[in-house]
Amino acid sequence: MSRQQVEPASSSYRLQLQGITKQYPGCLANDKIDLAIQAGEIHALLGENGAGKSTLMKMIYGVTKPDAGKIIWQGTPVTIKDPSMARRMGIGMVFQHFSLFETLTVTENIALALGDEAGDLKQLATRISIVSKQYGMELHPNRHIHSLSVGERQRVEIVRCLVQNIKLLILDEPTSVLTPQEVESLFVTLRQLAKDGCSILFISHKLKEVQALCHSATILRAGKVTGDCIPAEVGTTRMAQLMVGDDTPISTDYPKSSGTLPFLIVKDLSLVSEDPFAATLKNINFEVRSGEILGIAGVAGNGQEELLAALSGEHLVARAEQVCFADTAVGLLDPRARRELGLGFVPEERLGRGAVPEMSLKENTLLTGYLQGLVNNGFINQLKTSQFADQIIKDYKVKTPGNQAAAQSLSGGNLQKFIIGREILQNPKLLVAAHPTWGVDIGAATAIHRALIALRDQGAAILVVSEDIDELFLISDRLCAICDGELSPTKATTATSIEEVGRWMTGVFDQPPVASEHALQTSAI
Amino acid sequence: MDIDLITNVLYAMVRTGTPLLIVALGELVCEKSGVLNLGQEGMMLMGAVVGFIVTLTTGSLILGFLCAILAGIVMSMLFAGIALGLNANQVATGLALTIFGTGLSAFIGAAYVGVPIAGLDPIAIPVLSEIPIIGKMLFAQDLIVYLSFVIFALVYWFFKSSRMGLTVKAVGENPHAANVIGLPVMRTRYLAVAFGGGMAGLAGGYLSLAYTPLWAENMSSGRGWIALALVVFATWRVERIILGAYLFGLASILNLVAQGLGYPVSPNLLAMMPYAATVLVLVMISSNVMKSKMYTPMWLGKPFHPHG
Repeated sequence: MSRQQVEPASSSYRLQLQGITKQYPGCLANDKIDLAIQAGEIHALLGENGAGKSTLMKMIYGVTKPDAGKIIWQGTPVTIKDPSMARRMGIGMVFQHFSLFETLTVTENIALALGDEAGDLKQLATRISIVSKQYGMELHPNRHIHSLSVGERQRVEIVRCLVQNIKLLILDEPTSVLTPQEVESLFVTLRQLAKDGCSILFISHKLKEVQALCHSATILRAGKVTGDCIPAEVGTTRMAQLMVGDDTPISTDYPKSSGTLPFLIVKDLSLVSEDPFAATLKNINFEVRSGEILGIAGVAGNGQEELLAALSGEHLVARAEQVCFADTAVGLLDPRARRELGLGFVPEERLGRGAVPEMSLKENTLLTGYLQGLVNNGFINQLKTSQFADQIIKDYKVKTPGNQAAAQSLSGGNLQKFIIGREILQNPKLLVAAHPTWGVDIGAATAIHRALIALRDQGAAILVVSEDIDELFLISDRLCAICDGELSPTKATTATSIEEVGRWMTGVFDQPPVASEHALQTSAI
Repeated sequence: MDIDLITNVLYAMVRTGTPLLIVALGELVCEKSGVLNLGQEGMMLMGAVVGFIVTLTTGSLILGFLCAILAGIVMSMLFAGIALGLNANQVATGLALTIFGTGLSAFIGAAYVGVPIAGLDPIAIPVLSEIPIIGKMLFAQDLIVYLSFVIFALVYWFFKSSRMGLTVKAVGENPHAANVIGLPVMRTRYLAVAFGGGMAGLAGGYLSLAYTPLWAENMSSGRGWIALALVVFATWRVERIILGAYLFGLASILNLVAQGLGYPVSPNLLAMMPYAATVLVLVMISSNVMKSKMYTPMWLGKPFHPHG
């Protein structure tokens, strides 16, 4: 059915890939990939991490070259030598990790990418203003990048592609950093671009967004195309199964819980950061009950890191009673003392904070597991440590040759399963997890979600800080959001909506108790 | 203080500050590209000794200065080959370069210690040099001082409005992003290091051919290190480097003036003044963390593999 719609005459294709194959040492990243996009089509490329999406994109953008297969651009086979050639052909790419320079202005950033075509900076600034207005993405050409929000930075990346004569725009996971409202306005822009004849390749693993935006989709798994479909006609469950394979279970729904007594209590927590680029926490109040999961939504850089550091003990607060574990004031205790009181902590960065990259899994077990009798009088009990590491690997199905493997040799999902397992097996009374499934494939994410729910059902209090709003709705019992160091009101997940949490993420808190001046002003307009 | 004294102090301030200004400008360009080369002192000394020997043998000052620059560039490429080509630790490599340059310059210059030479003479520009107070300071200097004004203006323009300057800043801030959008990261860094080397060589040549026309072991006496500190405390801003360099020059001269006037202060304390004053003033003006961060090359000193 989909074929008829997208196959009138092969010459009308903007881009065709035929049998693209790319071999990396020990891994066949792309295996005979076929893909075709017409002018004005929004085409989704779906797949998990490691499915080969990025490799494919890099070949279209000229960063790497295919070992075999043909790239046909507007009917002519081409060899794309480097990104600047791709750019000249009219291919633009918006990277997941922005390639912008913080200390330069918007105009300077765009000029750098354009090379000699940039011409006079003043004229370029005018062009930027015109293009950004035309597509509803207001941008001030003279602002410095560091003063822009994540959403605005993405606009810079997109406008950077649009000021050239663009024919194909590639977006790599563009919505992972945006609030729901920003996602909506991005989609408006993309639809308008497509109407003007630009083809769009939209890389994502978020099925609902693909369904809302894309005309067609190609699904990859383990380097192979596993299906083509029209997202509007096929259910998200079917697409998910094509992504992960039929034998992997997918998180769908978990029963909600209301918890018992508050375990983590944060009272009037304010923190002024010394780093000018960091957020300041403003009078934060919340509690997490034993037997519930509280989710904190928010766009990165709004105070999450600072809040997490205050909870883990990496950053001590002003008064002990600002952070309490049940009846014990812990605000002035170091991380070890807090762990002895039942804290488990999963930091955002897996390599470097959650685990020491070049050390083995066994050694990494000791990193936080030292309280489980693995150390006697300063000596490591090698046998016990090995056993504990093996138990984590077994219980949490960590794919690794053994406990001697270096942490950095594991895939993101496997390492995250290991870190979460290490914390959970210590039976924490409170688990604080930052972005627990960031960059993790669906299979591993499901395993992690189940582990968190099981821990909750054992009676632990769990705090999850995440940018993935769908994940928070899936696993949290109660929800709130953080914006610019302020916390929104908290509501039961079943009593709120994605739209409401999205408003909270932009700082619009409609109701007391913590309605700020800023929020009141915004809602008054 | 009478007018003559002030005029002469200002004149000497610029002369004394010039080698520092030249090295610091070179190091600034190098650091802006993200490369920290601690070998300034070694490169200066090599420039000084090579320039001196060439001029002594050929009788040509121009050839001497050119060879001093060349010596600095050769030394810096030695650094670049190890620190950029082989991705070695930049701090360790730079320190080794200073130690190597100090030793090698002492070795090849051993036979020339104390040999006199006719140095570079000042050229007074008619009329302009007659302006009271500042005339002598700005218009009665030697060629290298005039050249240092030009280099300053060029570096200022380079970062303010040239495309290459933008590229250097981008490469120093985020080489990965620069690589992705197709900027020549490695080439930019090699060129920036070479410029830093050339400037250090020129400053060394200035010391042995103009400032004090003779060769003495270790004659740069820590100016390379002060230049490094100057770049940091000037928060990587060109206009502050010239300020710091002349401040250092002024404090050095005032120290001599004070000794000459017979103030009852220990000469050792006075000799410390230029270093302390320069650092103090620059620390004071760089206390705005936000503004400093805007100009700091974020990737400074960290290695980068283009295909890693």
